[in-house]
Amino acid sequence: MTEHLAALQVVIPLICAPLCMLVRYRDWSWIVALFGSWSCLVISWLLLQQVMTGGIISYHMGDWAPPLGIEYRVDTVNAFVLLIVSAIGAVVTPYARESVRAEFGVNRVYLFYTSYMLCFCGLLGVTITGDAFNLFVFLEISSLSSYVLIAMGKDRRALTAAYQYLVLGTIGATFIVIGIGLLFAETGTLNMADLAERLADKPLSRTIGAAFGFLVVGISLKLALFPLHLWLPNAYTYAPSVVSAFLAATATKVAVYVLLRFLFTIFDVKLSFGVMPLDSILLVLAVIAMFAASAVAIFQPNLKRMLAYSSVAQIGYMILGISFANVNGVAAGILHLFNHALMKGGMFLALGCFFYRIASVNLDDMAGIGRRMPWTMAAFVVGGLGLIGVPLTVGFISKWYLVLGAFERGWWFAAALVLLCSLLAVVYIWRVVEVAYLKPAPENAPDIEDAPPSMLIPTWILIGASIYYGINTDLTVGAAKLAAQQLLGAG
Amino acid sequence: MAAVGLYNYWIVVFLMMAGFYIVIAHDNLVKKIVGLNVFQASVFVMYITFGKIQGGTAPIIAEGITTYSNPLPHVLILTAIVVGVATTALGLALVVRINEAYGTIEEDEIHVQDEES
Repeated sequence: MTEHLAALQVVIPLICAPLCMLVRYRDWSWIVALFGSWSCLVISWLLLQQVMTGGIISYHMGDWAPPLGIEYRVDTVNAFVLLIVSAIGAVVTPYARESVRAEFGVNRVYLFYTSYMLCFCGLLGVTITGDAFNLFVFLEISSLSSYVLIAMGKDRRALTAAYQYLVLGTIGATFIVIGIGLLFAETGTLNMADLAERLADKPLSRTIGAAFGFLVVGISLKLALFPLHLWLPNAYTYAPSVVSAFLAATATKVAVYVLLRFLFTIFDVKLSFGVMPLDSILLVLAVIAMFAASAVAIFQPNLKRMLAYSSVAQIGYMILGISFANVNGVAAGILHLFNHALMKGGMFLALGCFFYRIASVNLDDMAGIGRRMPWTMAAFVVGGLGLIGVPLTVGFISKWYLVLGAFERGWWFAAALVLLCSLLAVVYIWRVVEVAYLKPAPENAPDIEDAPPSMLIPTWILIGASIYYGINTDLTVGAAKLAAQQLLGAG
Repeated sequence: MAAVGLYNYWIVVFLMMAGFYIVIAHDNLVKKIVGLNVFQASVFVMYITFGKIQGGTAPIIAEGITTYSNPLPHVLILTAIVVGVATTALGLALVVRINEAYGTIEEDEIHVQDEES
């Protein structure tokens, strides 16, 4: 049983998806999804333990030996990302029950769980696979199902947002296929470990250079790196609350992982950052993303859109860490991937609670909400403190390592910019706090209770984790550093 | 005669740019999907082309034959075609829903309606 864990990680949600479709009745399909996401969490936890003690796991699909067969390869980096994705899935599914029932037509609930499980399966597959073409197939499974999930939003603008995402996402995926194809033409293999070995022996040819360019641009589209982020704000704003929370916490994170995998494992660090001037390109784009997106977030009347722009800025931090190309910097990128998933996932879930009660996430409707829904608003504020990077929250830990990485690289100005950009986060979080706590509720406001426990508890699990891992950093920093060392080839 | 030998790759580049241009330049949502299809098709042609080995035959073991074409790109492209079909189907389904919701499939008119609401 234990030797098949790597396959089960993907197979379980893949089987759960059609099951959700077949049972049709909404609570049953919810139970199937709950089973799928929780068993995936257990599996990813076991995998991480195995990798930490026993080293890299290599699973041969159908017993075909790599490089001919498809290999699932788990090392510290993707074991950590698997844990993030499945943990978010396991927290979001219980929350989904009430929220989905309120936001979807009763008859469409099972369709939500079907596409949700497919998306979950795709994201886990992208993370676990050791085969470049397999990665593309899983990427498309997760993308296609996320277009469907976004289009399920009630507002008709959800449809145009999903369409825009479909067009840009397909262009990104096609760029990735072109890149993989060119690598295949050059080396004759698709297995990632094998690709890395064969590329190391070859001098830089125009084919490899073109493959590198296509891959970087394609993956950057998927992870919404400025200026390729245009699909993200609308998609997150008009998607159903559960979907925004799930995608914000997982989809872009998995794309960041893919970027790490290609830059550091398949191409060499020397090629990515030595021959190609990618470090300075990423540095500039990341800094613009941090400032431009944070500045735009300040002026958004819709809180979901505000958080979406803030996501673009936070992705900037992750890419900034990667652009340092040293252990502290890359570790900060990976750490922030985990930490941001907790904070942003929790904050989007809190917005879902507001939407459940007052059917709006506009700042104007939030007056006095801090007293009307105290627990939900408190969760939102604690998450916001994390985004700012206040000590004792996870945001502080990632920024700490980011600054360390910047000094190690000798880019002290980047460290200064990180701190400066945190001030912008203070502004957009404070706007919400001011309206929610200091403004009186309108006279005719109906009496509302706080969100139901089945929604509040998952929200607080994520927010609580964002505090816990801000104080106890053994697991996260340890795993992130080990992962960074593996990627950079120093460990 | 290198330029002629690379005939297929010229086609690939032309199709890729044409498809990409349609996606960017057209306002009609269905035309955008068609452009996306042309764009994807160019990649299929590229994969098939570099699977061909000069003088190679179909990859079935037979006496007296030593050179075979590589069958792997064909298999990969079968998968990519399936993905492309799924994307097209989903894209067109979205266009149908957009048409129901807005009464138009022209992007500029949709923008105008969104501005008003």
